Amino acid sequence: MKLVTAIIKPHQLDEVKEALEAYGISGMTVSEVSGYGRQRGHSEVYRGAEYTVDFVPKVRVEVLVDDIDATSVADVILKAAQTGRIGDGKIWTVPVDDVVRVRTGERGVDAL
Amino acid sequence: MNALTLAAADTPFIDSGNTAWVLAAAALVLFMTPGLALFYGGMVRTKSVLNMMMMSFISMGTVGTVWILWGYSEAFGPDVGGGLIGNPFTHFGLKGVLDAIYGFVPATKTAAAAGGIPGPAFVAFQVVFAIIAVALVSGAIADRAKFTAWTVFTVVWATLVYFPAAHWVFAFSGYAAQTGGWIANKAGGMFLGGAGAYDFAGGTAIHINAGAAGLALALVLGKRIGFAKEPMRPHNLTLVMIGAGILWFGWFGFNAGSALGAGAQAAGVWVNTLAATCTAMLGWLLVEKLRDGHFTSLGAASGIVAGLVAITPACATVSPIGALIVGLAAGAGCALAVGLKFRFGFDDSLDVVGVHLVGGLIGTLLIGLLATKGSPTGAAGLTVNEGLFYGGGLSQLGAQALGAFSVLIFSFVVTYLIGLAIHKTMGFRVDEADEAQGVDLSEHAETAYDLSGLSGGRFGSGSAVTTTASAKTKEGAPA
Repeated sequence: MKLVTAIIKPHQLDEVKEALEAYGISGMTVSEVSGYGRQRGHSEVYRGAEYTVDFVPKVRVEVLVDDIDATSVADVILKAAQTGRIGDGKIWTVPVDDVVRVRTGERGVDAL
Repeated sequence: MNALTLAAADTPFIDSGNTAWVLAAAALVLFMTPGLALFYGGMVRTKSVLNMMMMSFISMGTVGTVWILWGYSEAFGPDVGGGLIGNPFTHFGLKGVLDAIYGFVPATKTAAAAGGIPGPAFVAFQVVFAIIAVALVSGAIADRAKFTAWTVFTVVWATLVYFPAAHWVFAFSGYAAQTGGWIANKAGGMFLGGAGAYDFAGGTAIHINAGAAGLALALVLGKRIGFAKEPMRPHNLTLVMIGAGILWFGWFGFNAGSALGAGAQAAGVWVNTLAATCTAMLGWLLVEKLRDGHFTSLGAASGIVAGLVAITPACATVSPIGALIVGLAAGAGCALAVGLKFRFGFDDSLDVVGVHLVGGLIGTLLIGLLATKGSPTGAAGLTVNEGLFYGGGLSQLGAQALGAFSVLIFSFVVTYLIGLAIHKTMGFRVDEADEAQGVDLSEHAETAYDLSGLSGGRFGSGSAVTTTASAKTKEGAPA
């Protein structure tokens, strides 16, 4: 099993969610996060004093998938989240040892 | 015993129109202090907004109280010498004021006062000035002052600095006081011969005074942790915009109410107040666009306040065109001045110096250039000493400078001493940990917003129990 994590622009969330649902993914975890990449943040000016805001708001989407779906899911997210403008985010995939569904105690692929 | 008796000889009468306007204006001006709380509150960080707002609100409590006890008498009681201060005991507790009538056109030896206003209406109008003057100072020490120390400061500063300054500027002989203040009165045997400076609604008594006091306190307390290194951006500019709007609204009472009657002068002053504020906003925004590349909302709000400050002393003695000039100069001048704190390294957190001291000086000094008979005061049939641009020479400019810098120096020196005395005894500044965590929590045991969802006790059944337990202990303690 794999955990696919994507950091995306907040306003791309709906598109990513719909694309994943269309692909057949039944659940995901979404959290509000902030951070910066190569483009850094932006600057704001208050009474002439300039402040650099490094951490820009992003959304983190996490999806647990079977090994064979991992690459496709990453591609689905990529397609849905891409605007081509700076700050579109990152997607990465890491292996997961075990998954348990809390309600039933099912393990592994059955729990996905 | 004071002006009322002067008027009494000529059967004074209460003019209901004048009284209605002055009472309404007093309420408008009182509303400025909560407006200031929003204006200042929005400019600080999330962790200290309640403390910032409370510093304004507490001024209503303390200054309102001492005004009734001795403040009114100190400002408008019979002069105890040299036009420097009124006798605080004569009208202690407003003794002898409730049934008085104040003539809004000064009584002279040959003419009686025209339709007057009841003494309490004048008391009400002037106390709201005292309250906001004190509250203004708090902007210089945002995020780091002990609330108790600030509360003590409001009483001491009002008593030793504001009430005397108000006497200098607002107490006219035979008008509201038997013998008035040295800046207000025209030459004629007063202290320094009577400055005869114009300050219609308190540019020196309130804004230069509060600005100089803010500078003194900022120096006593020192810089905030992380000043000029960490971003300390305003946490809620919508509050700032609402506050600026309320200040503009209330300021019509501040300036036009200072005519103490509903007539030509008040109406002209109203228009001048509008005019200057409009160009001041434009002036500030223009500087920003050229310097920083953007028209900012904080700039618009700040420009509004800068214009209101500058037109306050000048609103009755300049023409509407003069008011446009005063506003433009103040908007642009203050926008350039707010950067001074970074250059000189003092932490006047919310720019009390850059906006109120600089704006007050611009307005007060420009009277020396722009005073004209074609002003609301001239239109009301009263004499105006014309300024330099109207062929009046340098004498009025000299009088304005004397008044302005006297208040500036007096306020700075006395405030510095008061601040230092409080700092050395009870301590004026919170400790480092409290400042880092935010003074809302350390000074008031409150926080303004629950933004995280994690701090509201959703995971905190344990902490909720602790809270209840400590609250019980506290309740039990006084018994």
